[in-house]
Amino acid sequence: MTTFLGMPTTAPRGVGNLRGDEPFPAAARKALGNAQLRRNLGHATTTIRAKSGAVIGELPDWQELRTAGSALKADTMARLPELLVQLEEKVTAAGGVVHWAADANEANRIVTELVQATGHDRVIKVKSMATQEIGLNEALEAAGIEPVETDLAELIVQLGHDKPSHILVPAIHRNRAEIREIFLREMPGVDPALTDEPVILAGAARRYLRETFLSTKVAVSGANFAIAETGTLAVLESEGNGRMCLTLPETLITVMGIEKLVPTWQDLEVFLQLLPRASTGERMNPYTSMWTGVTPGDGPQNFHLVLLDNGRSAVLADEVGRQALHCIRCSACLNVCPVYERTGGHAYGSVYPGPIGAVLSPQLTGVEDNASLPYASSLCGACFDACPVKIDIPSILVHLRNEVPHPRAEQAVMASAAYTMDHPKLYAAAQHAAKLSRFSGRRLPPPFNGWTASRDLPEPPPETFRDWWAKR
Amino acid sequence: MSSKDLMLGRIRAALGDTAPPAGIPRDYRGDRVADLDLLVHRLEDYRAVVHRGVPIAETVAALAPAPLVVPPGIDPAWLPDGVKVLPDEGLSADTLAVAGGVLTAATVAVAETGTIVLDGSPDQGRRIISLLPDLHICVVRADQVVASVPEALTRLDPGRPLTWISGPSATSDIELNRVEGVHGPRRLHVILTEALS
Ligand code: SF4
Repeated sequence: MTTFLGMPTTAPRGVGNLRGDEPFPAAARKALGNAQLRRNLGHATTTIRAKSGAVIGELPDWQELRTAGSALKADTMARLPELLVQLEEKVTAAGGVVHWAADANEANRIVTELVQATGHDRVIKVKSMATQEIGLNEALEAAGIEPVETDLAELIVQLGHDKPSHILVPAIHRNRAEIREIFLREMPGVDPALTDEPVILAGAARRYLRETFLSTKVAVSGANFAIAETGTLAVLESEGNGRMCLTLPETLITVMGIEKLVPTWQDLEVFLQLLPRASTGERMNPYTSMWTGVTPGDGPQNFHLVLLDNGRSAVLADEVGRQALHCIRCSACLNVCPVYERTGGHAYGSVYPGPIGAVLSPQLTGVEDNASLPYASSLCGACFDACPVKIDIPSILVHLRNEVPHPRAEQAVMASAAYTMDHPKLYAAAQHAAKLSRFSGRRLPPPFNGWTASRDLPEPPPETFRDWWAKR
Repeated sequence: MSSKDLMLGRIRAALGDTAPPAGIPRDYRGDRVADLDLLVHRLEDYRAVVHRGVPIAETVAALAPAPLVVPPGIDPAWLPDGVKVLPDEGLSADTLAVAGGVLTAATVAVAETGTIVLDGSPDQGRRIISLLPDLHICVVRADQVVASVPEALTRLDPGRPLTWISGPSATSDIELNRVEGVHGPRRLHVILTEALS
């Protein structure tokens, strides 16, 4: 196939964080051996499901809101070119500068040059999936610019030399005791008497970052929504670190995937009701900031908006898969997914974990680069029910499985591996068999031997899934 | 070819002849009447302190923040005697960070979600003044309260910098429990007053 310039193109290799080092089943088996990780995840996802369910139950029109959200996103995608041009016009008219970045390399270069032009060598960052996706921190560091993550969970990840494992709560795999240890070890000037009370840990982060907020002149953010009609950008957050980044610096650079658009100001009424209830399980998140270009005398006086493709046009080209671009990154699908709850986010390899990651990452990179992810699901359908914009993730998974370059037998085995993770009895049987099979060359018995036949089976966890399940 | 043309070309190629949906079904609720009791409940549920039907200056005095930062257009009748007031005429971040508190008005409050919205009008001030002090006292008039998010958006001007505030600064990042008190003000007091006559 010849490519010409106008062809939708997947995200380039060698930059960013969309591809894992190993296939999902191998990474998942490692995670399954980590009992602490499973306990932390189980506790956190149980908490959030209860909170979210309660506040969704307060809205008698939740289904109507979902329907509207779904239609609005379909409408946005169908009119994306005109809406992007409209957004650019409005942002420019309000004093902002819009940049177009076809892929991660271009976005990283644009942001790096913008920071260099300010003459500063440190930026404060408010959590943004898009900048993690493109590996912006690595690119800035390579240019001698220090990126400081200011979101508490991102700070925990950064100080812990770790990787994010959840869209909303990147340090969900850490419990309070582990967070205390990381702070004691890595946070300069921390009180040695630090306890693991969440409020004390939050206070430590407040003291640690305050001086950085007050002295840093450049900020980098993502965006939850961008209104084409008005040129307004919106960031939803909890801690106030977003407000700090969006208010205190002289220069603000926002990196946004092109799918974040919303056509009109009125349309926000749908998403502002859906997102907080589906994500943190709150009626409204503590802080939402909205700004249009530059406001003289208030906030950053230089505003740059970077519009990012990086494979999104390729996703859009797939009529079944393109709904993955409707995602508003609430993470509800992660919190209800039985496979995610067992494996955690790292096993998915990409910055986008869980059910949405299983459909988005392979499409952004091309399925050949994330070939096992469409199998990281038991197709139980919980993600579809939980999704505030009604993305039919199971159908996309099935569709992508048909595009994966694996032999049929291997496909079946990978699918059954995820299926058994969702079905404790089968899983226990398989693991029991795996334990026995240590004596016979570490191969799984049928039907689980297809995948392992050509690969070494990792040591099965000493505690079987059912043992662990029984203890909870 | 510019990156803009390249991206727009790719998106158009990807879309082909995809048609937008015929219409957006908006069968959700809107145009309801605000319930002040619900607003109070929702604010308190997220750990804001609500003062209702009380004299403003006395309430501010009882909280005793010193110095008290105020935006340039604040109603002088709200200011208690004997409290050191710092009017914002371009106060530095360092000064704001050690202030005792800030007193502002609001533009809109949303009952169903327990949210107040500031829009940078002269009685609300620059965004920074309601961010750095550890105590935010916000005066909301009854006629500024709307039922829910759709009604709030119709009253707001997207051209202004908007800050939606629902309770004090909080995080859910430690085991997904909501904990109050990270970078924004750790105390939020809302004084709810009668409608303008
Ligand atoms: S796919 Fe749906 S449920 Fe999952 S993160 Fe995106 S919007 Fe939320």
